[in-house]
Order: sequence, then structure tokens, then C-alpha cells
Amino acid sequence: MSVRAELATRAPDEPFPLGGRVWRSRLIMGTGGFRSLAEMEAALAASGAEIVTVALRRVDPAARDGSPLEVVDRLGLFLLPNTAGCYTAREAVRTARLAREAFGTSWIKLEVIGDDRTLYPEPVELVQAAETLVGEGFVVLPYTNDDPILARRLQAAGCAAVMPLGSPIGSGAGINNAYNLRVIVEEAEVPVILDAGIGTASDAALAMELGCDAVLVASAVSRAEDPVAMAEAMRKAVEAGYAARRAGRIPRRLHARESTPGAGRPQLA
Amino acid sequence: MRVVVNGEERALAPGTTVDAVVRELAGEAVRGVAVALDREVVPRELWAQTVLAEGQELEVLHAVAGG
Repeated sequence: MSVRAELATRAPDEPFPLGGRVWRSRLIMGTGGFRSLAEMEAALAASGAEIVTVALRRVDPAARDGSPLEVVDRLGLFLLPNTAGCYTAREAVRTARLAREAFGTSWIKLEVIGDDRTLYPEPVELVQAAETLVGEGFVVLPYTNDDPILARRLQAAGCAAVMPLGSPIGSGAGINNAYNLRVIVEEAEVPVILDAGIGTASDAALAMELGCDAVLVASAVSRAEDPVAMAEAMRKAVEAGYAARRAGRIPRRLHARESTPGAGRPQLA
Repeated sequence: MRVVVNGEERALAPGTTVDAVVRELAGEAVRGVAVALDREVVPRELWAQTVLAEGQELEVLHAVAGG
């Protein structure tokens, strides 16, 4: 069989199972930070993402500049509400219940933060909220620290995925602790979605190469100089990182290893 | 009757329902709107029959970009 024919018959990329559904895209998009809804719409389309997350806030009758829901509907995307800005399990659980009422979905991206400087998760409140929401039938996707033990607790609580941070939300600092991420990936029986800290395409590719099942990106796209171009770059990076992971990289070596045979080398010295 | 709506104290006529306040704030397009009265969810089907009382706190929420 020719190489070309073999490539054509090779199994397609594995679909991405999450929350009892199967997805094609392994890039999940946040919606915060865009300069306009039009720019958000173009970037979401370019990203190829199927799942997008939105927050719940007070209705402001003075602000009539359109709703992200309209964008989500026009693009036919799956809405993943989040509990951004919650500091306690009680607030997060109430926000999740309100989101279920508002959007008719039991999916929730659970965020319970500890302070507004690091935006790190508050682990005790996070686990409590996860347990409560799983008990109420929610599909819980928790934003978590890059802590393998906490990830294990969230998985045991019945979460549909774990979403460790690479570095602080919005920092663009990439993946600070690749070792922890590898341990989380190694142990997890639910999908691992890298949730925060991505700055550019190589960060997203690295997350996938380390074995993450998907990547969530918000600021890296929405605050890029050209969000639409960056959205496309992220799509390619996630695909490339996933393909590289499946292809099996060469081991790292300290010293060089020649790729040209030594035998048959002419005497020309 | 004083009721706190989205963090602001409002004077409302006795008998005002959750539904009336929601429609005033959000208009008729109430898809994606959720309501908490004194911190607990009021399901949409109960908006019209839920009468507000003195001192209650109402939160009327919708989707925004974020997270």
C-alpha cells in the first residue's frame, strides 16, 4: 500500500469524550476579555471550539450591547456556564443552580477561588462544592490547582473532568509545573483539561504533549493583538500537540546521537 | 415596600411580583435569565406567582462574557 493510501485509511483522531458526550474539538474557549462581541464571534469561529464558557452577572438595563448567548447560538456552540468570582462553596453551589435555571443545562465549570491576587482555587471549598453539585446531578468540571492529590479528591467526588491550572489565570505564564501535570494525567481516569495560564500556542501544544485531553483558553486569545489569528493558532497548536502525543516522541538524551551511519564513511582526512 | 434589587434599594408597590421586576430589567427576552430571592433560586414558572415582600433581596442575573 502506498504511503498516501495508508494515510487515508488511518483511523481518525480519537474523539474527545467528556460528560457523556463526544466532541471533535479539544480546545474549549473562554469568552472574557474580548474587545467586542463581533471580535469574540470571529475568534470563536476561528478556534473551531465546540464548548464555550460564560459567567452569570447582574442584569444591567443600561447596557444593551448584546449578549454572548446570541453569539453562542449563532455559531451553534455548547454553552458551559461557570461560577467565576465565587469565593465559597455556598456561593458557587447557588451560582450553579442559577445557571441551570438560566440556561437549562446541568453542566457547570466550577470555580471557587481563594483570593483575587492569585485567583488560585480554594481547595477545601472547591471539594465541598463539587460533592454537593455532583449529588444534585450536575456535570461538574472543576478548575483546580496543579495538585495531584486535589485532582484525585475531585475525581473521587464524581467530577466529569479535572481542570488544573498551568499558571495563574490571565498570567500567560504557561505551564509552571509540568511534573505535577504529568502526575495528574498519569493518575486521572477522567479527562484532564488544562484550564489557565496559557500564553501562546506553544503552551497549548505542550499541555497536549504532556497528555492533557483538552485545553481551555481565554485571555491568550481574547487579549492577543489579533484574537482571530491567535484563535486559529491555538486550534492548530492543540491539534499538533495531540498528534505529537499520539505519535510518541523520542526520549530526551543528554548527548547527541548521530542520525547518519558511521559505516561507509570515506577516508578524506 | 422596600426591596433590594441587584444591590439597590427600590420602592415597589405592594403586590409586585418577581416577574414584573424581571421584565422591567431584562425586557421580554428572558432566555438566559435567572433569579435568586434571598439567595435561593426562583424557578421561572414561579416568577408570576411570587409576590415580593418588604426587605427581601432579589438578584436578577444573565450571561456575560467571562470565565
